[in-house]
Amino acid sequence: MAQMTMIQAITDAMRNELKNNEDVLVFGEDVGQNGGVFRATEGLQKEFGEDRVFDTPLAESGIGGLAIGLGLTGFRPVMEIQFFGFVFEVFDSVAAQMARMRYRSGGVYHSPVTIRSPFGGGVKTPELHADSLEGLMAQTPGLKVVIPSTPYDAKGLLISAIRDNDPVVFLEHMKLYRSFREEVPEEEYTIPLGKADIKREGKDISIITYGAMVHSSLKAAEELAKEGIEAEVIDLQTVSPLDIETIIDSVEKTNRAIVVQEAQKQAGVSAHVVAEINERAILSLEAPVLRVTAPDTIFPFASAEDAWLPSYKDIAEKAKQVINF
Amino acid sequence: MEKTKELQNIESQFKTFQILNEEGEIVNKKAMPKLKDEELKELMTRMVYTRIWDQRAISLNRQGRLGFYAPVAGQEASMLGSHFALEKQDWILPGYRDIPQIVFHGVPLEQAFLWSRGHYQGGQMPEGVNVLMPQIIIGAQIIQNAGVAMGLKRKKKDAVAITYTGDGGASQGDFYEGLNFAGAYNSPAIFVVQNNRFAISVPVEKQSAAKTIAQKAVAAGIHGVQVDGMDVLAVYVATKEARERGLAGNGPTLIETLTYRYGPHTMAGDDPTRYRTSELDDEWEKKDPLVRFRKFLEGKNLWSEEEENKVVEQAKEDIKEAIKKADSAPKQKVTDLIGFMGEELPHNLKEQMEEYKEKESK
Repeated sequence: MAQMTMIQAITDAMRNELKNNEDVLVFGEDVGQNGGVFRATEGLQKEFGEDRVFDTPLAESGIGGLAIGLGLTGFRPVMEIQFFGFVFEVFDSVAAQMARMRYRSGGVYHSPVTIRSPFGGGVKTPELHADSLEGLMAQTPGLKVVIPSTPYDAKGLLISAIRDNDPVVFLEHMKLYRSFREEVPEEEYTIPLGKADIKREGKDISIITYGAMVHSSLKAAEELAKEGIEAEVIDLQTVSPLDIETIIDSVEKTNRAIVVQEAQKQAGVSAHVVAEINERAILSLEAPVLRVTAPDTIFPFASAEDAWLPSYKDIAEKAKQVINF
Repeated sequence: MEKTKELQNIESQFKTFQILNEEGEIVNKKAMPKLKDEELKELMTRMVYTRIWDQRAISLNRQGRLGFYAPVAGQEASMLGSHFALEKQDWILPGYRDIPQIVFHGVPLEQAFLWSRGHYQGGQMPEGVNVLMPQIIIGAQIIQNAGVAMGLKRKKKDAVAITYTGDGGASQGDFYEGLNFAGAYNSPAIFVVQNNRFAISVPVEKQSAAKTIAQKAVAAGIHGVQVDGMDVLAVYVATKEARERGLAGNGPTLIETLTYRYGPHTMAGDDPTRYRTSELDDEWEKKDPLVRFRKFLEGKNLWSEEEENKVVEQAKEDIKEAIKKADSAPKQKVTDLIGFMGEELPHNLKEQMEEYKEKESK
């Protein structure tokens, strides 16, 4: 086994699928010779040639249309949106076209597209690079939305995403790209989409989260453990569709929960998780399910990020509030 | 706006390509396509058939028996002349008005009616009929066309991808992106802009400072041509050349057809008298594609009133039959719709499927 960062694991997943299926194509802005602005496609063009891994003109909407057309003619496109804030430029292709292809054709056509894109706060990017827009995607019928939190998960989930016959939005948190390494098998493996992963077991409270907030939540759980509170940390991995079973099983065990997301509070993934818990397990609850989120402003100017993003302290505090309810 | 010499030079190169004038006389003998008599008659047959179908569709819509309908009369040469240059294996990415092309490409008439009515079977294209569902978002099909064309080339198919939009569509960003992508990848794509002079109500003069839409090809570095869209032979030849150019590896083509829709934008309450004068309507009706081509064929003794009547009767008969078939389509259920949401249904839709099965069983 090799030690890999998340970005290396992502490259490895694409290399695996490029090898595995000659219809897989990887494309986007700067993904060719340059290997992507984060080096996610490093070496892939050299290894698989310009026909398989290629640069596109600088036009996100065109990239989306290209992916749809290539999907219709038998290819399995893996398109990159250089930063997810640029998705607004390609929203029609994503939400109004590929997400509806199977439905609009009554099952005759489909769009086996994977949309890879970096996002996430904490790296002080210019505006519209870091926004957490997964809530918009999750509310779009016909899309799956995947957000890995570790190198191991990223590889297994990305391979599953590429093999999926319907469109998958695969969001890569920039802060996690190179923040740590872990053992990642060189051989292929998959992690099913729509399944959560329990990153830490505990009996006192469930912390339900995803993306970079998994790590903040694990740190909060360590702090809580010092005070004798055993928190269970659930990494959703796929935010649409949700793994209801894992969430409900955990809440029925701990009887308390908080939901943590980096995104703003209103109408997002965490609100949906709370609603599902209310509908399915309210009688198991000893306290209201609370949320830790960013405030409902526009994503902050770079120098204000630290103050704006939820921290492990916010999470620990909110967990204690629920415990002491 | 005063235009520079350079710009005037570019614009002056986009002259309207015409073969038959309004009197049905050949004005460009060199460009005459080598079509057999039977093929010429088939072109006329399709245009007459479509004119009758359009009239029937408008009246069915008024009776509440059709649903969404965008009239096509006036645009027959533009639609069917371009389609006549295609082969079965070619892909069509239509806009919502481009129903005649997809029907003559193999989509059954009753299916077109089901699409109008908003039935899922309207989008279930038959196996081997390379047609996408008519696009509602203006311009979305243009970028997809670049993708389909690239895919066809990479799969080494002897086929092109053609898409249709109107003069308003040429103002969309996706229009330029589609042309530019197809050019950058040298893909066998054809982009047809049916310039019928009005995007719903906004006249083409207000869409752009460009004198022609065809010249927009210049910026993308691809071939562009402006055609008399009321001249079925000119549209056919321009499309055939575009197809051959694409297949020969010489890149995509933008075709602007100058045409006119006689009717409203759609049957959903548009009133063209609010934005068009009857003088303009008259001016364009003098250019009518059927009148012109009929004169041409009659001059060659290839067309008669009896033949035309036969086509009219056939069209009426087919439409009656197709409406009957469309009427017998199954009533749509929510469970049908849920079933189309993915190869595998996620938990929420699985639950909702059970919920609606229960509801529908009552």
